[in-house]
Amino acid sequence: MKREITLKINGREETITVEDADTLLEVLRDRFRLWSVRESCGVGACGTCTVLLDGRPVSSCFLLAVRAAGRNITTLEGLSDGQSLHVIQQAFVSQRALQCAYCTPGFVLAVKALLDEIPNPSDEQIREYLSGNLCRCAGYADILRAARLAQERQISKETAMPRK
Amino acid sequence: MANLAVVGQSVYRKDANPKVTGKALHVGNIEMPGMLQVAVLRSPYAHARITRIDKSKAAGLEGVALVMTGVDVAKMPGVDPYYGPAFRDQPILAVDKVCYVGDPVVAVAARDQRTAEDALQLVEVDYEPLPAVFDVLEAVRPESPLVHERHRPAKAFADLAHVKAGQQSNICYHFKLRTGDVDKAFADADRVFEDTFSSPPAQHMPMEPHVTLVYLDEQERLNVWTASQSPSYVRTELSNTFSIPMHHIRVRVPYIGGGYGAKLYAKLEPLVTALALITKKPVRYALTREEEFLTITKHKVITKIKTAIKNGSITARKCEVFWDTGAYAEIGPRIGHKSGYTAAGPYRIPNVWIDSYCVYTNHVPAGAFRGFGVPQVIWAYDSQMDIIARAIGEDPVEFRLKPALEEGESFATGTLVRSFGIKEAIRQAARAIEWSKPRPVQTGTKLRGKGIAAGVKAVLTPSISGAIVIMNADGTANVLSSTVEMGQGSETTMGQIVAEELGIAFDQVHIVQPDTDVTPYDTITAGSRSTYHMGNAVRMAAVKIKAKLFEVVAAKLEAHPDDLVAGGGRIFVRGMAERGMTISEIFLAKFGSLGTTLAAEAVCQPTAGHMDPETGQSEKCTEYWFPSATAAEVEVDTETGQVKVLQLFSVGDTGTAINPRHCEQQLLGAAIMHLGLTLFEEMIFDEGQLVNGSLLDYQVASIKDMPESFRPIVVEVPHETGPFGAKGAGETGALTVAPAIANAIQDATGVRIRGLPITPEKVLRALAEKKGEALPQD
Ligand code: FES
Ligand code: FES
Repeated sequence: MKREITLKINGREETITVEDADTLLEVLRDRFRLWSVRESCGVGACGTCTVLLDGRPVSSCFLLAVRAAGRNITTLEGLSDGQSLHVIQQAFVSQRALQCAYCTPGFVLAVKALLDEIPNPSDEQIREYLSGNLCRCAGYADILRAARLAQERQISKETAMPRK
Repeated sequence: MANLAVVGQSVYRKDANPKVTGKALHVGNIEMPGMLQVAVLRSPYAHARITRIDKSKAAGLEGVALVMTGVDVAKMPGVDPYYGPAFRDQPILAVDKVCYVGDPVVAVAARDQRTAEDALQLVEVDYEPLPAVFDVLEAVRPESPLVHERHRPAKAFADLAHVKAGQQSNICYHFKLRTGDVDKAFADADRVFEDTFSSPPAQHMPMEPHVTLVYLDEQERLNVWTASQSPSYVRTELSNTFSIPMHHIRVRVPYIGGGYGAKLYAKLEPLVTALALITKKPVRYALTREEEFLTITKHKVITKIKTAIKNGSITARKCEVFWDTGAYAEIGPRIGHKSGYTAAGPYRIPNVWIDSYCVYTNHVPAGAFRGFGVPQVIWAYDSQMDIIARAIGEDPVEFRLKPALEEGESFATGTLVRSFGIKEAIRQAARAIEWSKPRPVQTGTKLRGKGIAAGVKAVLTPSISGAIVIMNADGTANVLSSTVEMGQGSETTMGQIVAEELGIAFDQVHIVQPDTDVTPYDTITAGSRSTYHMGNAVRMAAVKIKAKLFEVVAAKLEAHPDDLVAGGGRIFVRGMAERGMTISEIFLAKFGSLGTTLAAEAVCQPTAGHMDPETGQSEKCTEYWFPSATAAEVEVDTETGQVKVLQLFSVGDTGTAINPRHCEQQLLGAAIMHLGLTLFEEMIFDEGQLVNGSLLDYQVASIKDMPESFRPIVVEVPHETGPFGAKGAGETGALTVAPAIANAIQDATGVRIRGLPITPEKVLRALAEKKGEALPQD
């Protein structure tokens, strides 16, 4: 069945008609050309297609678009202002936490959700949180360091500029 | 090396920005007006004759552009319906019979994916089952069912020119190595060790599954965008398969989401090309993960290895290696050959006998997998090295170091080894894991142990890399190379080499992505060959450009070209930086204009010596070697059988590291991938039917599996003809992980696992058997 839904994608409200069977991944790619959202396993087991739904990481291949109606969706395209890289992205570059980078959008967003939820995670917590994202080039050591660095930078930024 | 500006520096990746923003172009993002999507009906039988296909209902479904069968393909003018890199044995779609569960039978191209899938449901196919064969050891018997009646060599690669047409056997390739007199050595031996090791079929699992887009342009030229590791080969294969002249085929490869060997040779390209030629529409086929499982695998291998010991030394070794190459040979013969000849190890053994058989079965085809089969043979020989050392009371590290080949000694093939840092790799591994530190006495149910393994891979030889460097009048350069950036960092490496040679900044070099219209031939992006081969090609091309620049400067400044150097974007007289010219000034002097370019081409084409077909002896079987060692510490839970890898050190001799951090990253990436392959990865088949063909049922290593202590160690033994002494690094970290872990498990528990993966069940069973055997003596 077709339905009209409203999604808030990277800060913009979008009203579209979708089929019940359409996944969020299909909608984000095919309708909005958000190419950072990528399919790999298609069964919710690899985290490649991760987007943030109201700030929480979800596998967009495994979520029907209608279930995301009315919610805030963040893809990698919406993470930074488009001018400069987000701290987490900077950390991924400087720690070389990307190779083929097919998994990178999913990891960057997962790290974002992690640091929002647990501002000062232990290595154990980072591992646990990121265990649903697979990297076959397996830059796990680099990704762990990038998460750690992003966290340190974020903290130092916050202490330098206290939130208003 | 003196005064290098960029080479040897861990500069950041050239492709970091497009990748970290998710903007990098992938085949999946390319849109064409009217593009059709594809779904494929696959065989439910492992071996069967196709007796009837009715596609009429599917063809009538609204939105369906074409329903294509193997017979339709065979009717295309000038087509050869079979393709393959070693043998032309794989049909674009099954023509008269299917050879494995998952073999493509019917393809639908439709306006969208769902319509294509719906149409498949309407296709009717009748089969008449044929006897099938699944066990590689059974398949080699003469009475076994034949997967193919005839074997037709493809003649696509120089290193496979010796592959012969065959028939009436499932053995499509047999490599032999004979040196010395093994029978006599076994007869004279103090002790003989005989073991059989197995390594299961597994998945490459690039996070980006295979995807190919084909369309005809306004000149009716075939345009192919594909996630491939071998654009040059794809063009040749399409030209041969469809009788299209090469200049009418353009193959482009953007960034690809991992390959590890899965994306080599032709995969979806022939099928999508057939669909595009018939429909005259753009067609894209993106595999689902489940289809990926049915497309290409890592070879299952059984290795029987027998070793003679006399006075504590190895005097003879006999290896029989059986490669289950599945229903189509794919690159199996190359693997059977190149890995086959290394099957006795990097050790001084006077008498060696190797038989390596590449064997058809009714399984999913197997191909190259990070290491080209070498990890499977090392799994056997370096597990056995440990078994022997422990049995004869030798220290496992010393037992390897003693016979490990030294520079200039002869490998089993008769080739003298050069740039061969195997001893250094073993020593470094031993030091990292504190091998000589006494082990505490252990009690309880959690036992710790340490293991070392070593091994070597030889680079594919002969092979070819061509490159063109274009220097622009503003002092920047474009590099035309068909090496595929699949994550390994080739754009960065090539950029460093060209920047170094031309004396310009790293960010003044742009690497053009593979495009067969403009980038010259390259054999493949695989086998740790690009840094050496393409690195040499781009370097030599840059040297030619430099020579042209020097000519101009020498004339202008009345200097001798030999006294000139390039650096900082200028050419100047050595030791007199002020006596020189900028690149722009040189262009102005030469052309009188600034919009001009200078181009140069170079080809790196190492040759191999003839290899005797009966003895495997060759003056030169390879251009260079990759020595590898791994050290592991494990903790085995004797109650659950769980193995936890506490420490892992991956040591690789990469030659000079052009980008040390990237070399380290390659070692660790390969090591963690192989940690998963060692402990849990396995494609499980039941009568040819894959049981665990999805990521829900097939586990790969996650960040949680990363050992607490996990470190790369780069050994740099420069190669005299490598670019700045470099060799390569993509596979080295993969080679020795499995035996290192198995050896550590034996160290901890005394039990030996000979079949991968090392699951808790296998460990528990082995522990129980050990107890059972020990009981009567107690
Ligand atoms: S593609 Fe969505 S979780 Fe794997
Ligand atoms: S960087 Fe290639 S899969 Fe993660």
